[in-house]
Amino acid sequence: MATDRTEGEVWVFAEQEEGKLSGIVFELLGKARELADKLGVKVGAVLMGSWGGDASSPLEKATSALFAGGADVVHLIDDSALKVFRNKAYRHALVELVKECSPQIVIFGATHMGRDLGPSVASALRCGLTADCTDLQIGDFTDKKTGEVFHNVLHQIRPAFGGNIIATIVNARHWPQMATVREGVMKPVEPKSKVEVEQRIVRHSSRLDGVEIPTEVVEIVRKVSSVNLKGSRIIVAGGAGVGSAANFKLLHELAAALGGAVGGSRAAVDLGYCEHERQIGQTGVTVRPALMISCGISGAVQHLAGMQDSQKIIAINTDKDAPIFKVAHYGIVGDLNVVIPKLIKAIKNKG
Amino acid sequence: MKPYNCVVCIKQVPDTKKVTGEAMKADGTINRAALPAIFNPEDRNALEAALWVKETYGGTVTVVTMGLPAATAILREALWCGADRAVLVTDRKAAGSDTLATSYILSQAVKRLNPDLVFCGRQAIDGDTAQVGPQIGEKLDCAVVTYLEKILEVKDEGEGEQRKTFVTVVRDIGTGIETSRVQLPALFTVTEKFGELRPYEMRRVMKYKNAEPEILSCDDIGAEADRCGFAGSPTCVNAIQSVVLAGGDFKEVAPTDEGIGGLVAELIADHAIG
Repeated sequence: MATDRTEGEVWVFAEQEEGKLSGIVFELLGKARELADKLGVKVGAVLMGSWGGDASSPLEKATSALFAGGADVVHLIDDSALKVFRNKAYRHALVELVKECSPQIVIFGATHMGRDLGPSVASALRCGLTADCTDLQIGDFTDKKTGEVFHNVLHQIRPAFGGNIIATIVNARHWPQMATVREGVMKPVEPKSKVEVEQRIVRHSSRLDGVEIPTEVVEIVRKVSSVNLKGSRIIVAGGAGVGSAANFKLLHELAAALGGAVGGSRAAVDLGYCEHERQIGQTGVTVRPALMISCGISGAVQHLAGMQDSQKIIAINTDKDAPIFKVAHYGIVGDLNVVIPKLIKAIKNKG
Repeated sequence: MKPYNCVVCIKQVPDTKKVTGEAMKADGTINRAALPAIFNPEDRNALEAALWVKETYGGTVTVVTMGLPAATAILREALWCGADRAVLVTDRKAAGSDTLATSYILSQAVKRLNPDLVFCGRQAIDGDTAQVGPQIGEKLDCAVVTYLEKILEVKDEGEGEQRKTFVTVVRDIGTGIETSRVQLPALFTVTEKFGELRPYEMRRVMKYKNAEPEILSCDDIGAEADRCGFAGSPTCVNAIQSVVLAGGDFKEVAPTDEGIGGLVAELIADHAIG
């Protein structure tokens, strides 16, 4: 479609399961909106699935949600072979769609699905893909070897080496520029109402006729998670310094007093103080609550990468030199077994 | 039942969990030499998956790595655990390969081995990208199964030329657990949930103590030079910043009733709580 590559849209892969969009899609749309406005191009969302000839399919609602979330164009592919995610089917359909429409940027959530599909599509298109980005920006790039300057390319920013470094990656020559983005690091845009949005839906063929799909999904058992770290305004998190699983109960009491959730560092998870689904950090979830109370966490970079954008951070640690204090707004140097009960008492008195 | 030809792609990585002051150079880059080189953790799980298939259904296990000759160390470890054959792809032309070029080179090496099942670790701890596995699968144009936790069954159907083999697997899809059935050949990326790699067999340690792998160059595997190394890598690292924590100007709160009472009052006033 685009004759000049700089006219290509900024695309978001609109991951869905059973017709329900993944939460990260709205975070991606928020970032795509910002990138597209800077480039003066449109935001396209790619929604693939099977409507099954049903006008009341939940995918219809998903389509409207994509417009409200910031998409200018929704590219739809409806095929029964796309009912559940299967690498070969999704990969084939998306590769063909990219070839047809030439978007300049394609972003995916760094979810299980995105980290399965993204690399496969990049491999087929022979373009670059940066995994697990924590930020994306538009900027210029000068090739240090040739001196060639590229304007308005995608700067893909991600932690690497266990979170010890932050790398900025570009792929200036081989478009589309692709990235997967960590969950929880980008902000959705304020939903737009229907009247503000000019809805443009483009229907495409899956081009799956005659393509053999070597996978059959037999069963999916959904996880029921009682832990909702990303949706919590207040998080109380503990590390190795908590000292025991029994002491960790104090954190649950504090969280209960505040109406918050409990998280942990990798050390706390490894020591068995809390469940894996509570892990905050580069290999766990990224959170940015209004208030983070960090208890007995020294502050390894890989943990900080997952929480340093919290609006307010209170650190409680016996070691006054612990790195956690470098990201904290309030610091309490002391024993959490003394400090937390005092905190609970003070909250109950004031509340 | 025919014996299954399993190939496992493994990587030697710096132990990023042991990054200390000495491992960071003054310019903020990593001094790889200061870190111990280890067998990438999830590649160990991938090897275990292949050894399990061999043990349960019969077949062979070949380990393949791309890297410097020093990576021979992990190939030997794999032999000590039960792998039958070890291949090292080493070539200056491969230097600077990003995930796309790496997957291309490895796929060229794997193709020559004509495998039924290919296993990779979900991701390597020096990059955490989880890209090379699915990209090898795409290049082999076979089924791709990520986040493998368990193999339930490997089963042949049909006879002779018509014979097809199906593997029933359990994999993590993030929002749930999926059971699926895939037709071989297939590539699997394996997570730690599959289970730990079995220990070395003493007999094999003695036998393969100083074993040398088969060494292949990019030419040997028919890899085109412009798809290897820097030339074949679309991504380019524009800048590297070491993570330096600036801050330090936090407000210190005394661990007393008064100090903490004051903090809570401040948080309520700021609408952070309450």
